[in-house]
Amino acid sequence: MSATAAALAEPPVSPLGAKKAIGLETIGMTKIFGSMVALGDVSIKVKPGSFHALLGENGAGKSTLVKCIMGFYQPTRGSVLIDGRETEISNPKVARDVGIGMVYQHFTLVPSLTATENLVIARADVPSVIDWKKEKKSLDALFDRMPFRVPLDVPVSSLAAGEKQKLEILKQLYLDQRFLILDEPTSVLTPGEADEILGLLKTMTDAGDLTILMISHKFREVTAFADEFSVLRKGEYMGGGVTANVSVAEMSRMMIGDMKLRERAARKTFEKQPVVLDLAGICAEDDEGLPAVDAVNLKIRAGEIVGIAGVSGNGQSELIETLTGQRDLTSGRFFVKDQPYEPSREKMAKFKVFGLPEEPLKNACVRRMTVAENLAFRSFDQPPISKRRGFLSPGPMRAKAKELIAAYRVKTPGPDEPIENLSGGNVQRAVLARELSTQVEVLIVANPCFGLDFASIAEIRSQIMDQRNGGAAVLLVSEDLDEILELSDRVAVMSEGRIDYVAPIGETDRATIGQAMAGHH
Amino acid sequence: MADTAAPANGFALAETIDRFRRSSEFVVIPVLALIASGLLFSIFLLLVGKSPVEFFSLVWRGGFGTAFSWQNTLVRASPLILTALCVAIPARLGMTVIGGEGALVLGGFAAAAIAIPMTSWASPFVVMPVMFLAAAIAGAFWIGAVGWLRHYRGINETISSLLLFYIAVSILNFFVEGALRDPSDPNKPSTAPIGAENMIGPIPGTSVHWGLAAGIVACILVWILMNRTTFGFAARVTGGNVRAAQGQGLPVGRLVVISCALAGACAGLAGYFEVAAIHGKANASLIAGYGFTGILVSFLARHNPLAIVPVAILLGGIAASGGLVQRRMDLPDATVLVLQGLMFVVLLVSETMYGRLAIFKPKGA
Ligand SMILES: Nc1ncnc2c1ncn2[C@@H]1O[C@H](COP(=O)(O)OP(=O)(O)OP(=O)(O)O)[C@@H](O)[C@H]1O
Ligand SMILES: [Mg+2]
Repeated sequence: MSATAAALAEPPVSPLGAKKAIGLETIGMTKIFGSMVALGDVSIKVKPGSFHALLGENGAGKSTLVKCIMGFYQPTRGSVLIDGRETEISNPKVARDVGIGMVYQHFTLVPSLTATENLVIARADVPSVIDWKKEKKSLDALFDRMPFRVPLDVPVSSLAAGEKQKLEILKQLYLDQRFLILDEPTSVLTPGEADEILGLLKTMTDAGDLTILMISHKFREVTAFADEFSVLRKGEYMGGGVTANVSVAEMSRMMIGDMKLRERAARKTFEKQPVVLDLAGICAEDDEGLPAVDAVNLKIRAGEIVGIAGVSGNGQSELIETLTGQRDLTSGRFFVKDQPYEPSREKMAKFKVFGLPEEPLKNACVRRMTVAENLAFRSFDQPPISKRRGFLSPGPMRAKAKELIAAYRVKTPGPDEPIENLSGGNVQRAVLARELSTQVEVLIVANPCFGLDFASIAEIRSQIMDQRNGGAAVLLVSEDLDEILELSDRVAVMSEGRIDYVAPIGETDRATIGQAMAGHH
Repeated sequence: MADTAAPANGFALAETIDRFRRSSEFVVIPVLALIASGLLFSIFLLLVGKSPVEFFSLVWRGGFGTAFSWQNTLVRASPLILTALCVAIPARLGMTVIGGEGALVLGGFAAAAIAIPMTSWASPFVVMPVMFLAAAIAGAFWIGAVGWLRHYRGINETISSLLLFYIAVSILNFFVEGALRDPSDPNKPSTAPIGAENMIGPIPGTSVHWGLAAGIVACILVWILMNRTTFGFAARVTGGNVRAAQGQGLPVGRLVVISCALAGACAGLAGYFEVAAIHGKANASLIAGYGFTGILVSFLARHNPLAIVPVAILLGGIAASGGLVQRRMDLPDATVLVLQGLMFVVLLVSETMYGRLAIFKPKGA
């Protein structure tokens, strides 16, 4: 390691191309959690200078595999070959020293620092006194050779999601990593941003400067950018090959076998239905106290999905938070069935208001509590879990959890597992099970399909449609325009905190919505 | 790894073993922390030229060796149990309240202050419950205010509870040296005595007062509250993730204030027993540091109400042996405080060990 240490001691601005892309192989990688085999004997080979996609349904073991490579987890068995030589990676620091970097699905930058500061402190050899002028100069020099730029002098918190993700990748390049692992890198990006970033990375792999192993659920990206792919299913290697030679249908069969995708429920037509959810003049502020939601008026009828489209950061999440009780209103009122509504537990239960927030682990779960407990958040104060007022019975709680786990096919070692150990997609399923397992009259949904595999996406969208057909009023916020167009009965566009454009789905199109998103209509 | 080769039948057993491994972590790490702090303290003793062996054998004799020392230990353990609860309950909501001493002082003072005007006319059957309630309410109000400030005004509960401790001490001094001072007592500024008939006696057959029983009952009740009631469940959700709690419409502010008030009531009761079972009046002797040692107890017990009892007894024993150590080894009174401080630091360090030691991980992890 002394050689790499010496290499790092020099300012890490070695021009791209001096070092070469790294090739990596796993041999018989196995990881067992308790009695659950998360990864069984997986051998994959990623050639130097290739763009390799790792596919698999939720809980297939993709994240576990890359965490074993990164030294985050110690594999139960198996080894890693780097450029053909067996290398023991006992922790992420070792991975960094041999040139393997990872970009996580969630941001790891320090929000209050600028891009420059974030980059410099990420280095292994941060000097105790930093000469910022010099660092900035060398960064500028480095960025001239980089495929994309981000503003260097503003706090990261004020960057847009796409810029943050670029910065995460730039950080790895700045650290001169020659093997990049990307875990669902585009789930927070618009298709345009995703294409830009992946396209630029692709030119680097083609030049032989970099190797990329990307976990993705999006076939569009895989076929457009990946040279090769590998598929995992239930922790096992199912095969792989050259992307150009294999059809998407073939890939999806490798991922889920011959399982039938859930048919989308047909859209039931309703006669004139009553208004169920009424947002009257809603205003709210963001975390800095600046106006974020500006006098939003919206009426949603029973059996109707209203989709709110918009570029992220235009007040959609603040609007959702006011409805779920996570943010105070500065003015305005909600009505459900013409009665005043505020998000208290009693009213939620009375009016059957449920929600699927984005990033469920952050917004709707307690990491350290078990799956069973997390599944009981809605029902713990009602029979059968609470038979006598105020008391709680663990028996019925576990029984109910087992039922929901089976019905919604949540992949977990058991009801007593802390929910943070579930794969991203399975956390989402657990929340879905909790929120949709009883009768729903109002459903508030935000980006429900982030990070889900295509089978789960089909499943969740039909669940939402089922709720609509069952007479629920659904408010859907999504950054995925396709999702909005597919599910909504009416489309509303949110821009700078206002909703000025609402149209029935039949009377609008992509271009009109796009214009409204940009603030013209 | 045998169970991976033949998974089907080994699962139930493997699952039990895993669960045991994970929970044993919560016992083994604090015990190791205790041992490590004992070793560090031995080095300290060697440096000042004393024998660690003699020290620990004296602690054993002074704290646990005889029936007499056991009783002494238990008398000291009972306020520790109650003040530890004052830390453990808010900890479930993710709060670090360190001002239990303030609630103890104020609870003890309130009990004495309300009893004194009543002694002349009311029977002990009235005075005793009134004192009990007054102490609980005073403590509840004091720490409840900490919760209120935290939730509705965003004021850090650790700082505010510490500052409120100083205010509680000032309130005690103000009255004890002023309006409520007993002029017939020449030594220490104190309130008038509450009268022997209003004192709560020892548990029959012992010299240990009822505060111990009250503390144990309180621990069991708090355990039930936190693990078997909807209130406790909601509190755990709130402590684990406020956003999730809000999204479920849980009354976060109410949970915070009520939990803090309950915590304060426990510490206030510790003050009641100090007055009604030991001192017989309120004075500066109430400020004996039980509230601060209670913080250590709760952390050592990992805020588990049932573990608080044995841990409080252990620390009560160490405190009880202080006098013996002082006399025999010619060490200052503060020596056991050094030991306690070391324990606390080592314990906080050991907090970072959870999930890191391979033996506790489920197999293969
Ligand atoms: N720390 C852990 N402890 C116990 N089980 C775990 C742990 N981490 C992962 N698992 C289990 O291993 C399985 C594989 O999880 P992993 O996160 O690798 O899935 P994934 O393929 O990344 O899925 P997704 O697309 O949903 O992110 C899951 O069923 C999960 O419950
Ligand atoms: Mg994953």
